[in-house]
Amino acid sequence: MDKQIIVQTKRLTKHFPVGGGQFTALRDINLTFSKGEFTGVVGPSGSGKTTLLNIIGSLDAPSEGSVTVLGKPVEALTHKQAADLRCRHLGFIFQTYNLLPVYTVYENVEFPLLLLDLSAKEREEAVLQAVESVGLMPKLKSRPAQLSGGECQRVAIARAMVKKPAIVLADEPTANLDAENSHHILQTMEKLNTKFQTTFIFSTHDDKVIQYLRRKITLEDGEVAEDQEAGIRDQEEEG
Amino acid sequence: MILSLKLAYRNLIGAGLRTWLSVIVLSMSYVVIIWMQGFLEGWNQQARRDTIEQEIGGGQYWHAHYDPYDSLTLKESHAPAPAVLQSENTAPILIAQATIYPQGRMQSVVLKGIDPAQSVLALLTSALAKKGAYLPVLLGERAAKSANLRVGDQVTVRWRDAHGTYDAREAQVVHIMDTDVPTVDAGTFWVPLEDLRSMLQMPREATLLVVDETFNDPPSLTGWVFRDQTFLLEDFTSMMKMERVSSAIMYTILLALALLAIFDTQVLSIFRRRREIGTLIALGMTRGGVIRLFTIEGALHGVLAVGVAALYGVPLLIWQAHVGLSMPEVVDNYGMAIASTIYPAYSVRLVVGTVLLVMAAVTLISYLPTRRIARLNPTDAIRGKLS
Repeated sequence: MDKQIIVQTKRLTKHFPVGGGQFTALRDINLTFSKGEFTGVVGPSGSGKTTLLNIIGSLDAPSEGSVTVLGKPVEALTHKQAADLRCRHLGFIFQTYNLLPVYTVYENVEFPLLLLDLSAKEREEAVLQAVESVGLMPKLKSRPAQLSGGECQRVAIARAMVKKPAIVLADEPTANLDAENSHHILQTMEKLNTKFQTTFIFSTHDDKVIQYLRRKITLEDGEVAEDQEAGIRDQEEEG
Repeated sequence: MILSLKLAYRNLIGAGLRTWLSVIVLSMSYVVIIWMQGFLEGWNQQARRDTIEQEIGGGQYWHAHYDPYDSLTLKESHAPAPAVLQSENTAPILIAQATIYPQGRMQSVVLKGIDPAQSVLALLTSALAKKGAYLPVLLGERAAKSANLRVGDQVTVRWRDAHGTYDAREAQVVHIMDTDVPTVDAGTFWVPLEDLRSMLQMPREATLLVVDETFNDPPSLTGWVFRDQTFLLEDFTSMMKMERVSSAIMYTILLALALLAIFDTQVLSIFRRRREIGTLIALGMTRGGVIRLFTIEGALHGVLAVGVAALYGVPLLIWQAHVGLSMPEVVDNYGMAIASTIYPAYSVRLVVGTVLLVMAAVTLISYLPTRRIARLNPTDAIRGKLS
């Protein structure tokens, strides 16, 4: 059975102005991502991983080529349309968690739902479910400053998942975490991916993440060097 | 909008001390502006009331040659009081220059003859009804202080009559009145009208006639010019305008300081919270939404400041309106009506106007720095980078 393609890049190229010239962060990227994938974009620093995620997340636009996310061409979206796409269908997880510091765990997770204009009851149910799924119920009223790094990232996952988005984009989600917390986070995301069929796209160069991926796309100097479709951890475990 | 309000309120309360410092400074602007304007309004009302009651009444008929700023015109500016104005609604006043000799010194004064039985002006002229060998004189505190005279003191008064002949008479101070209106006090000796007419040999004559406030439709009289309250209060009105301008400068400075604090907070906030701005955009908020959120957040300082100002300002201003503000003695010499205690007067218009003015200024000043958000690159902002 064909998998539903939800992200497609065609000859995606991205230049950034540097000094008087320009730096090419991505060059001729042709990729497709299907519903329910658990995929990582890996590569060394400066290889273009974050740029690719930003463009898929409609936070940035391609310089050349096209990117289609859930049928919408990112390069043609207005600021408002891009915001609407992110608001309804995309979840983000950042390396530095990016929680809103004056909000409690509950309020941070609730935030995307406020933008969706859901009723208070719907919001409460969804927030409690999301916080429960990352195991942070006892910390519901805590503020980010009162949480450990692992807990903050779990809040970020709950925030990304609370609206049940089609795609979650996770940029180096374990870079600031120790091994134990990294595994905990990844197991949580893997569980959510299986449960909700949410597509997870990671940008990472962390081996702990790589072993969880079911597809690994390696970028080198802005180009796709390798696109490995196997269940890496399963293969290794079998091996 | 409601979402922005809700989020802005959360952010403000969450920001804790930083918010409250700006709010306290801003609340002081509200209280000081209202207090200063209330003080001026209280002074204005009190001075106008006292001037009307004690000096100008409902208006004055001046002799055509009378010029209060030129004492030389006094010699020419007298004529028989018009018969049409001979009623209890009018108080004729005859004015002449004179010299007094208190304790051997020589001092120029203005003699003002007024009917002791008049009820148009709120002056204690009934004290002049005293009959005796001496000319009864009613003084204000400033005049008494200047001539070093007390009640019961006698002083020689010398004047020139209508024919230019000098004459003199012993006068006795019968009462010293406490008045806020310097023009009925400084250098002025109030004497009985008929005595002065007789001394000057100007029977039935007057320099001006004060009419009371019930006097409507002043008739046109040959040789006399009617001056209404607006004209007679013109100097005071101009002076109040000047006072308002200078007080406006003061509270503009105060407001500018408060607004600077808000502006500074906003600029700092946008710089410090750029990662948060990037996150909000990533979570699906539009740039316009983020700008609106930050603008409302700034403007909410103004709303919170109203609450804080009300908390300490209302009791403070009510107390001040009740006990008044004592004016130093030096203001007696300012040449304008200033009571020894001024009671500030606060109107709904003043309070609402001040709140709206400050709110508008705070909203504008909160909006200006947020325009930078529109130029922020969200991918840089998410990582806390400047772009």
